[in-house]
Amino acid sequence: MNTKTFAAFVGPSIFLMLLFIAAPLVSVFMQSFYVTQPVFEQVEVETCTPGFPNQTCVTETKIQPVLGDDGKIVTTVKYVGLESYSNVLEPGRAWEALSALDFDALLTIDFWKALRFTLTFTLVTLPLVIGVGLAIAITVNNATRMIRGPIIFVSLLPFIITPVIGALSIRWLFIGDGIMTAFLEWWLGRDISMFGQGWTIELLMMFYRVWHVAPFAFLVFYAGLQTVNQDTLESAVIDGASRWERLRYVIIPHLMPLIVFVSLIHLMDSYRVFEEIVGFSSQAYRISLQWLTYDLLTPDDSGNRSISRASASAMLTMIGIVVLLIPLLRKTWRDHKGGRV
Amino acid sequence: MLKKLLLAGAMSLAVTGAASACDFTNTTPVKSLTAGFEAWKAVTSFMAKCGDFEAELDQEFRTKQPAAFAANPSLYQIGGVANGTLVPLLNEGTVRPLDDLIAKHGQNLTANQLIKINGETMAVAMMVNAQHLMYREDILTDLGIPVPKTYDEVLSAAAKIKEAGVVEYPIGGTFKTGWNLGEEFVNMYLGMGGEFFGPDNAATIENEQGVASLEMLKKLTEYMDPEYLVSDSTYVQQQFQQGKIAMANLWASRAGAMDDPNESQVVGKVKMAGAPTANARAASTLWWDGIVIAKNASDEEAEAAFRVAMNGMTPEMVKENNDVAVWLIEGYEPGPLALGVVQTAEAGALPYPASSQMGLMHTALGNGVADYLTGAKDAETTLKDIAAAYTTSAKEAGLIK
Repeated sequence: MNTKTFAAFVGPSIFLMLLFIAAPLVSVFMQSFYVTQPVFEQVEVETCTPGFPNQTCVTETKIQPVLGDDGKIVTTVKYVGLESYSNVLEPGRAWEALSALDFDALLTIDFWKALRFTLTFTLVTLPLVIGVGLAIAITVNNATRMIRGPIIFVSLLPFIITPVIGALSIRWLFIGDGIMTAFLEWWLGRDISMFGQGWTIELLMMFYRVWHVAPFAFLVFYAGLQTVNQDTLESAVIDGASRWERLRYVIIPHLMPLIVFVSLIHLMDSYRVFEEIVGFSSQAYRISLQWLTYDLLTPDDSGNRSISRASASAMLTMIGIVVLLIPLLRKTWRDHKGGRV
Repeated sequence: MLKKLLLAGAMSLAVTGAASACDFTNTTPVKSLTAGFEAWKAVTSFMAKCGDFEAELDQEFRTKQPAAFAANPSLYQIGGVANGTLVPLLNEGTVRPLDDLIAKHGQNLTANQLIKINGETMAVAMMVNAQHLMYREDILTDLGIPVPKTYDEVLSAAAKIKEAGVVEYPIGGTFKTGWNLGEEFVNMYLGMGGEFFGPDNAATIENEQGVASLEMLKKLTEYMDPEYLVSDSTYVQQQFQQGKIAMANLWASRAGAMDDPNESQVVGKVKMAGAPTANARAASTLWWDGIVIAKNASDEEAEAAFRVAMNGMTPEMVKENNDVAVWLIEGYEPGPLALGVVQTAEAGALPYPASSQMGLMHTALGNGVADYLTGAKDAETTLKDIAAAYTTSAKEAGLIK
């Protein structure tokens, strides 16, 4: 392919990537170093609101933004350097807690609490997703052709369900005296509240994520299984390799690139865990980094939102993903270079 | 055949049009953005009778409204607001003073409905709302417990109910982390006589009233479903309807549902009373809901919008929906369901102190109070951290220098 054709093919997608990925990223990066504030003034305001039987009026000094000639709020933009980052990370308090080896104190700071949960969530679900996905793929591959179709269909169902809906339906099974809680209570003969403490919610969230994503891993692995070299497998059988040995020494090495691929996708996805927090309304006990950004961006009743801190938190989330991906990317890079030589 | 059907449809439309209460035929397109609860459904369905009107009912309206009204022309002419949600619109100057329009078209309004800021009417209220005590009359009578007037009495009543074991949990509470839990603290803290801000908007919650409020909230949770941190108004309403709880400080707008035979197993057994008092006054805040008219609309549109809105707030509407809310509109006959709000107001409950600072404080409280209830922090640390969170966001917003 000559350079011109190549450019014509790749050009549009590079342009779109610059427009929709790079540009917003740069803008968020810039925003995390600045704060935009309205200019405020102090005014005496008399406010009358309904009461019984008559209105209640209060006069108080209120602080309100100054409106410019164009009818818009006058704002100032200020460079604050790393202040937004330090507001999110709270390094002083974090260091104090760390040097006293008081992890409970560290985990009362939002960012660190969210980081703890996000990392646990990501690293616990990763092997489970790969394990369960592989198990289903091998089971389906060994099933007779007749029931293969229905099994594939059923095991793909969780993947089709909209994430938030899936999380909500699991929540409804367990919240209050939901069907599953009632069943567990009957079975174990004791009062259970799944949403009354953090670790049970965390368990439910991980269970949900594995249930939801395992079909994706299954699909990829199942496709990979179709290309396993049958001759190698046969010679392994003749050499007297057991089922386990065939899996360990033939199938898994063959699937390794796919396992790395699924891990990459899963790490990126689950580090941004968010639906579970909303679906299970776990904010009191467990929050994630992505939820923290969302919470900072959500306007309150009075319309305030913390754009700068949200940008800082989003940048930190991105840095976290990159750090997590480095080992896997290095492996892929090395394999890639090795393949060329 | 089709023609006949269409004709019949047109006829019936014309008939309902004639029977409906709208006093003019609207030809200017008018749109409204309001919350989605029962009272708004009632009011907007009456507004719709004027024609050329489109209502958007959305419980998440507060996230859209400021931006939609800041657009020029505004995306909606009528907005539904409450104490808190009026603040961003006033700050940005996107709603118009209504005094001229009221003089022309607002003859039905009572003085109590007019929300006045520095003498100018900026919004027209239609109803009031407050959290107040709802209780199972049958249970309290059986156990010989008088209706609790203070939070200490609530606790002792709860202890007796728990001992008798007649319901699963004696108390229900809207303690869901976030806005709900923040509101619970605001209610209790004001009830204890606390003040949120000192000079220069500094937070002043680190005091004995703050500690007392946290302690009282925690004592209440001991009588609640252990999943209280995920329980919102709907959840508490259902707990009542299913006979699982005996008392709760719940929104007046939920009172009607207790006697809905399609949903409730306790029809006629739930009675209303004022919010229990804490040390200083009733531990509740008074809220109003009402309408505003966009500034970024032509005078003609604004007039049409105002007339449409007035036709939603008529005595006829109230007559049809008397028990849906505690209306401020003429023609409302306060029934037993309104007792809670009236008694709460009489016991000195304050209007919710809406302001920019309060929005930030409410968020900080909603996210921070849970740490005390779960035992992760003690009361002093909790308050200190909430105040610190507030200070950080207030500095970022420019409210504190």
